[in-house]
Amino acid sequence: MSDTLPDTLPDPLDDLNEGDEPAILQLPLDAWHRARGGRMVPFAGYEMPVQYDGIMAEHLWTRESAGLFDVSHMGQVGFTGDGIDAAGVAKALEAVLPGDIAGLAPTKIRYSLLLNDEGGILDDLMATRLPEEGAHPFGEASHYVVVNGATKYDDLSYLLDVLPDDITMNLMEDQALLAVQGPKAVAAVARLIPGVDALVFMTAGAFEWNGHPLWISRSGYTGEDGVEISIPAEAAADFADAICAEPEVKPIGLGARDSLRLEAGLPLYGHDLDPETTPVMADLGFALSKRRREAADFAGAQRILAEREDGPAVKRVGLSVAGRQPVREGASVVDADGAVIGRVTSGGFAPSVGAPIAMAYVPAALAAAGTPVRLVQRGKIHEAAVVPMPFVPHRYVRAGGK
Amino acid sequence: MSRYFTEDHEWVDVDGDVGTVGISEYAQSQLGDIVFVDVPEDGKQLDKGDEAAVVESVKAASDVYSPVSGNVLEGNSALGDDPSLVNSDAEGEGWFFKITLSDASELETLMDETAYAAFVSKL
Repeated sequence: MSDTLPDTLPDPLDDLNEGDEPAILQLPLDAWHRARGGRMVPFAGYEMPVQYDGIMAEHLWTRESAGLFDVSHMGQVGFTGDGIDAAGVAKALEAVLPGDIAGLAPTKIRYSLLLNDEGGILDDLMATRLPEEGAHPFGEASHYVVVNGATKYDDLSYLLDVLPDDITMNLMEDQALLAVQGPKAVAAVARLIPGVDALVFMTAGAFEWNGHPLWISRSGYTGEDGVEISIPAEAAADFADAICAEPEVKPIGLGARDSLRLEAGLPLYGHDLDPETTPVMADLGFALSKRRREAADFAGAQRILAEREDGPAVKRVGLSVAGRQPVREGASVVDADGAVIGRVTSGGFAPSVGAPIAMAYVPAALAAAGTPVRLVQRGKIHEAAVVPMPFVPHRYVRAGGK
Repeated sequence: MSRYFTEDHEWVDVDGDVGTVGISEYAQSQLGDIVFVDVPEDGKQLDKGDEAAVVESVKAASDVYSPVSGNVLEGNSALGDDPSLVNSDAEGEGWFFKITLSDASELETLMDETAYAAFVSKL
């Protein structure tokens, strides 16, 4: 028995016959995960917990209660201007990010994309405008950006090339990053850290726990309400113990994190997004801010704006898959004659939906909801249909909401 | 009835010239929640080591190889309704398929229960 398909995470059975392992680093909570029964697998250069009790149970627990996710492999980067102010840093970042970074008020967060000159996506990220120096834990930085773990060093190297010399980047590898996600997450966190519940979706603030400075963002990548907490590495295990002592919170592995984000319709870098993909193809047009579109002053703007005007040739869509068998990344989308016209970029069994779902790139003419498509995986044909995303409704707590 | 195991974590129970094939308790525990099993069709001819079935967990698909050569008698239709039988009873009700052995001497290349337990303990 062996794994045959590319997947987001290594197949657990791969570990069974493994001989030559690359250098794998350990994150601050490594021992904590092992003590909690986490099964550790190599991911993004680190040993990470793929699951504790089982992906299905962890996924459903997060949807109904709250899960603690260790996302310390992700890159937390502080941007500091040397002799230039926050507006100058924002302006420099806008050369490679198509969002309105300059227009971000302090403590506001924006989802954005790191673009190459051709408008291809090098990474997706969250950018926060920090408040004045002293009102956050990141020294003199004016902007805080969280990038994907697998891409963080490439991102930094690219940014080093394109950013002016008077901007300093600090990859804060002494900070852990913990996400607490689920409908009961914020209530649980607020018991330990009063005031966190005052944050709304896509805002952040400075807090303190047991004398440790925290930077907490009301954000996440599961489709649920929740927070992401940047905490000094040496305090991370104590905090993880404290939050998991709350009855609503259990530790959750990367396996469920992946199925949660797939159900939420959120693309995963390296799978649903890559340098060949533009924001328009990826259906991430919302990341192109109006002011930036009008100014056409970001990397790849000409191509991206033309694509936006004329419509992209291919588009990322959600698929519901008939039957019970999951259709995974790498499967082909085929037309009635069997010709390959697209590909599945993420797919699996959706625990909250109770059926297989997938994301795929298909020709724009087939991107409308309701369009039937056929998928081929290992020679077997699977019937599927384009459906609107998210597959499971988002439950973000927005300003003016409850 | 004797039970044999492969290094790829399949088991086969042999009763006369009929083998019943599944994956080991250890394999199911590594795979986690099983959501789908694709079993071979009746009459399919398999050589030892051929891809015979696919078992899908939430995260990944894994091939299951035939531990012996022969003709498939039947797939376990119960897995269609309840693939989690593989999680709850991997070495019993969660069997994958039955096969008529064409070469009983192939069994000599497989591990017995004790040898497999020793093999797994080193993983």
